[in-house]
Amino acid sequence: MTTADDTSSELTLVVNGTAHRLRLDHRTTLLDALREHLGLTGTKKGCDHGQCGACTVLVGGLVGGRRVNSCLLLAVMAQGAEITTIEGLAAADGELHPLQAAFVERDALQCGYCTPGQICSAAAMLGEAAAGWPSAASASLTSPVVLDAAEIRERMSGNLCRCGAYVNILAAITDVDRAAP
Amino acid sequence: MRPFGYLTPPDLGGAIAAVTGRPGATFLAGGTNLVDLMKLGVAAPDLLVDVTGLLPDRIEPTAAGGLRIGAGVRNSDLAADPRVRAGFPVLARAVLTGASGQLRNMATVGGNLLQRTRCLYFQDVTKPCNKRVPGSGCPARAGDHRNLAILGGSPHCVATHPSDMAVALAALDAVVHIEGPAGPRAVPIAGPFGGLYRLPGDRPDRETTLERGDLITAVEIPPLAYAGNSAYRKVRDRTSYAFAVVSVAAATDVAGGVVRDARLAIGAVAPVPWRARAAERVLAGRPATSEWFGRAADAELAMASPLPDNAFKLTLVRNVVVRMLGELAGAGS
Repeated sequence: MTTADDTSSELTLVVNGTAHRLRLDHRTTLLDALREHLGLTGTKKGCDHGQCGACTVLVGGLVGGRRVNSCLLLAVMAQGAEITTIEGLAAADGELHPLQAAFVERDALQCGYCTPGQICSAAAMLGEAAAGWPSAASASLTSPVVLDAAEIRERMSGNLCRCGAYVNILAAITDVDRAAP
Repeated sequence: MRPFGYLTPPDLGGAIAAVTGRPGATFLAGGTNLVDLMKLGVAAPDLLVDVTGLLPDRIEPTAAGGLRIGAGVRNSDLAADPRVRAGFPVLARAVLTGASGQLRNMATVGGNLLQRTRCLYFQDVTKPCNKRVPGSGCPARAGDHRNLAILGGSPHCVATHPSDMAVALAALDAVVHIEGPAGPRAVPIAGPFGGLYRLPGDRPDRETTLERGDLITAVEIPPLAYAGNSAYRKVRDRTSYAFAVVSVAAATDVAGGVVRDARLAIGAVAPVPWRARAAERVLAGRPATSEWFGRAADAELAMASPLPDNAFKLTLVRNVVVRMLGELAGAGS
């Protein structure tokens, strides 16, 4: 039983389908838990203040999960939730997720540091658009979503790329959207 | 960061008691602002009481024909709600212009209302700030104040409230429902005689009328017949994912070339979401023309006291108001 004076907790994090039992200081963000305690260094720490998107992971599953900034989510808040990181996107046999394949095909990166966050973010973003969520770039709030360049740019604005690979990131995401059934 | 306890009480009463009884305790919802402020050292609670599993998280129609939005509703779910999109476009638009897709998935309605200013001095613990450390001074008036207040500030503080959503809610006459140690109550978000927020005066550290242990549980939007003819425009330094330099929420009822009624609120110009009642009074019953839209803006801005580097906001507000009201008049007549 945790009391108000305990500064750490015993908790379970479910990451990419595997449950991990950890005791973590409450100050530990999900990002630091992933990288420093579970060795999952695919998720990157950029600004650590929710401004760059490099730490984006999915909470609630690969399909239908919500993209969040893991640097602003305390690990203790994420206990029990199904967390998907970039390491969990490829199939069990190693076949790349369509977004991973498209990023390779379109050379949608230079240094690659923002790429895991870009791909996790895009995976959830395509789901949001499929669910009919409008964006600030949508001319109509009630019409079906068509992911043109302006829409994708707006919806991906929470992911910065300091190399400026945006043109090819846009192309990669567009490819995957157009190939979707 | 200071070590802290973390509790998930079984019910709201337990959560309120936990925060009421401990001066260093605070509620935690989405955490997008609070966790960041803890990293910066601006906030240093010794206990976080997580209410994400306790707050109402649904949007329900009210008997009167409005909407009651649970304080735990995530910003993304609010903006995606079909009733909000069709019935209160100003609110959906305001939320969609805020933050990023990731942050909107985390941020809650209650937390959005209580987020803190992004004034650089407030966020930098090496600088004086009357809001963060009462009486320590305010370097902003003589320093970096380009993005700070032109309305409602005081010699002690010219910070701006950062929320987009709250500006739309101010225009919509939203009511904030609160549970606390003294029981439930409701206050307007921006009523003619006050509401949720306080102007800084000589106590900029007191931003709201909430007392220790008070928790926002819901926001109620009363019905507004012409809310469908509403819009939100946000002017910022880059196209997306930035705080406003100026924003305007507007709704108008225009018939036969005359403004029958109008709602107007302005963001990023004051320490609170600024309901522009002086402008509204000018608009009511007047011709729906650029000239009158400009006079309305001028009436509101007559009470402004800009600083050297943010006086440009006067022109910007006026131009945005005139253009938006013109567009709404064209759409609604």
